[in-house]
Amino acid sequence: MRAAVIVFPGSNCDRDVAVSLRNCHEVKVEMVWHGERVLPHVDLIAVPGGFSYGDYLRAGAMAAHSPIMDAVVAAASKGVAVLGICNGFQVLTERGLLPGTLMRNKYLKFLCKVVNLKVETKDSLFTSEFALKDVIAMPIAHNEGNYFANADTVAKLEAEDRVVFRYCTKDGVIPEGGSPNGSVESIAGILDSSRRVLGMMPHPERAADPAHISTDGQQLFASLVRHLS
Amino acid sequence: MTEISSDVAAEMGLTNDEFERVHQLLGRPPNFTELSVFSAMWSEHCSYKSSRRWLKTLPTTAPWVICGPGENAGVVDIGDRQALVFKMESHNHPSYIEPYQGAATGVGGILRDVFTMGARPFASLNSLRFGDPKHPRTRYLLEGVIAGIGGYGNCIGVPTVAGECTFDARYNGNILVNAMTVGIADSTKIFYAKASGVASPVVYVGSKTGRDGIHGATMASASFDAESGEKRPTVQVGDPFTEKLLLEACLELMATDAITGIQDMGAAGLTSSAIEMAAKGEGGIELDLDEVPCRENGMRPHELMLSESQERMLMVLRPGAEDQARKVFDKWELNFSVIGRVTNTGRMLLRSKGKVIADVPVGPLAEGLDYQRPWSEPPAPPTLPAMPKAAPIEMLCSLLASPDLCSRKWIWEQYDHTVMADTVVGPGADAAVVRIHGTQKAVAISADCTPRYCEADPNQGGAQAVAECWRNLTAVGALPLAITDCLNFGNPEKALVMGQFVRAIEGMSEACSALDFPVVSGNVSFYNETEETNIPPTPQIGGIGLFEDWRHAVTLALSAKCEHLLLLGERSFHLGQSLYSRHLLGMDAGFPPPVNLKVERRNGDLVRALITSGIVTACHDISDGGLLTAVAEMCLAGQRGVDLDLGHEASELFGEDQGRYLVSTTSKSLSQILREARTAKVPAKIIGVVGGDTLTLNSTDAISVSELTRIHEHWFASYTATD
Repeated sequence: MRAAVIVFPGSNCDRDVAVSLRNCHEVKVEMVWHGERVLPHVDLIAVPGGFSYGDYLRAGAMAAHSPIMDAVVAAASKGVAVLGICNGFQVLTERGLLPGTLMRNKYLKFLCKVVNLKVETKDSLFTSEFALKDVIAMPIAHNEGNYFANADTVAKLEAEDRVVFRYCTKDGVIPEGGSPNGSVESIAGILDSSRRVLGMMPHPERAADPAHISTDGQQLFASLVRHLS
Repeated sequence: MTEISSDVAAEMGLTNDEFERVHQLLGRPPNFTELSVFSAMWSEHCSYKSSRRWLKTLPTTAPWVICGPGENAGVVDIGDRQALVFKMESHNHPSYIEPYQGAATGVGGILRDVFTMGARPFASLNSLRFGDPKHPRTRYLLEGVIAGIGGYGNCIGVPTVAGECTFDARYNGNILVNAMTVGIADSTKIFYAKASGVASPVVYVGSKTGRDGIHGATMASASFDAESGEKRPTVQVGDPFTEKLLLEACLELMATDAITGIQDMGAAGLTSSAIEMAAKGEGGIELDLDEVPCRENGMRPHELMLSESQERMLMVLRPGAEDQARKVFDKWELNFSVIGRVTNTGRMLLRSKGKVIADVPVGPLAEGLDYQRPWSEPPAPPTLPAMPKAAPIEMLCSLLASPDLCSRKWIWEQYDHTVMADTVVGPGADAAVVRIHGTQKAVAISADCTPRYCEADPNQGGAQAVAECWRNLTAVGALPLAITDCLNFGNPEKALVMGQFVRAIEGMSEACSALDFPVVSGNVSFYNETEETNIPPTPQIGGIGLFEDWRHAVTLALSAKCEHLLLLGERSFHLGQSLYSRHLLGMDAGFPPPVNLKVERRNGDLVRALITSGIVTACHDISDGGLLTAVAEMCLAGQRGVDLDLGHEASELFGEDQGRYLVSTTSKSLSQILREARTAKVPAKIIGVVGGDTLTLNSTDAISVSELTRIHEHWFASYTATD
């Protein structure tokens, strides 16, 4: 399996996601500078977390129009898998690869903590190694993770089984209005209609080795390796 | 042209004598630009004129120290050709005037100090002192400072992993914001602030220069008055995004051999970076101010020289490396300009529009001044009155609910403490533990000081700050290596404040020597005074320790592996300056608990050995709030109860005697711990059985851990709640 990690000015989780991918067996990772117009031949494109362009204007808004993003859109349309984490998720919604938007957190503060997530679908390249309705733990660290889409869009996401992760309690309960950042329907991650583009606010690369608070993120990378190798 | 008189000099913070000295050194009256340069370099902030003779007495060497004080940061060898680079610095005055930007640029400044030396920063922490929560400005300052630290650190992507935050009315007019960063470098490729090689190009990189922060160093060298709010323009504005680019660009260029010397532009901006580099190198420097990238038109020479605009660096390149270096900075879309060259004339020569506009001697500017300020012996604290009786669990709850001891989760959730994916133990522990990237090694980090002890007895308080830091690193299992200090005091022109400083340094020195824990970097912040009120002496200590293997680290959290709880160290009897007495009496009274450095070392060395051998399942040092508070904190961290068998004496339950630890272990290892403690001559006492969901004291008094949690986490949320 070959993966590209896009590096924008201000990306700061690019190294972390590359390390997680390299720690998986036989994944070759290449870092790709945002100013490039051509992507190497890869099976996965990771759009990492951070503060691309300082998140000035709006989180992810400027990175969405970096030269490399045209190549990312083209690759996605050909079925190359795309994983957007945190700022990467914001970039993908800004670019229109995923529906909805990520607003400022409900309490207007940056929030860094470990959250519990419920795995809502196994039917994707990213989650096949999880058990359905698994409760997993991963860190979040963001200021704009409050996912919002209009009611029709949310209904469509639900109907098409495209909600991948929801914030929940450690017992797997999804409390009404109980997401840490205010996300509609406690949504933490969604797929595009091809099911090959995932955007998620939690950081699987920070839950991927024994020194981390959990190793649940490993299954996400293992799912990718299984499908893309 | 402004008439240069002693009045102008006084406005810049120079005394009559200092002004005369400038005149003598130049052999003529200084012009405005020259005087500005002198005023900045001779400010307390840049010259350490009141503190330098005392700083020289601190222990600064050890076989593992690569670079001690005097550079941008201290450097410590950790083997395998790796070095840790770290420093703590104050940004107190700006943070009081403009809390968000003041704190943010404090973080930015300390990050630059670390990566200037060729290190990649991988952990930050901070120590914050605010005024009385009831003071009308406190909440504004608290929220602004926390948001500023997070805003900068989160964006640049360096985890903020630990810290301290306390409240005391004595900081009402002068809050303290001390920021520390630790970085990792190749121990054979450390970069120094040295302008070597005559005729080598001097290069400016980073942001453009604007009019922000002019005379910031001078502002930080004076006390506050009622009009301090008007000093807002002297506060710099930070841009963490640019700093991230600067960090990556510098590290990219440092991987080549293009740079021979580098210094960030911090306090006193271009002036101090140029002077310091020249003084450490060939002795002279020439700059053409027309080449300095400017943010606005019509900037005058003294503005260019004194601006504290952020995210800028001064580098000296190997001749001929200009194009190679320019390419890197072009890629990162940062300014790059050759602004001068290295000379050996012993002078700093400034040109503008083809004319020499300043010609000043480097030596006297870099050496600064050395004042022997008069000092007087600090007075003894008020005697500790007889203590009224109080129910232990009620007192415990009142302590844990108070701003002194409540959970700081509200703060650290606003800091990204997991970015870089190497955080092993994050905020809320005795010390944070961060893995050295790509290795099994890890560093433990802690920031400590107990100002009320320092106020009551500066010598013992200074020693305690060092000892507590050493103890916190030990409590997670690390081998303490070295410290950085941030010495926050009041007005040094007052004999009492100077006396506090002298005695605190003396106590710190004793502890550093006894614990093999040298000072490798630091800074001094004087004039934390507002309308005659001085802050309590606050010699903040930031320490680092090493693990050969991060898996040896333990935390304070009680877990399923914990069965027995033991107290290691002497019995407690001392209530002077305890939080218990503060809460019962409404005042800080008595002498602080004495620090016995021999006992400290003996106990700590045992605890570390026990942890390393793998038989300790949780460990916590006993500090603020005493033994019962420490037990409760272990329960809270692990959400697990303890059945305690202790006496009823307040001094035993709440005394803050030093050099003590709580450790938990399994039934299987209990006898081994007792045996090893006996061999090491460390008193050891089994004080409880771990389990259940209740903290029970002497089978009669009990409280559930869930209730303790609610109490513990309430204060910050309610204090900062919007109506």
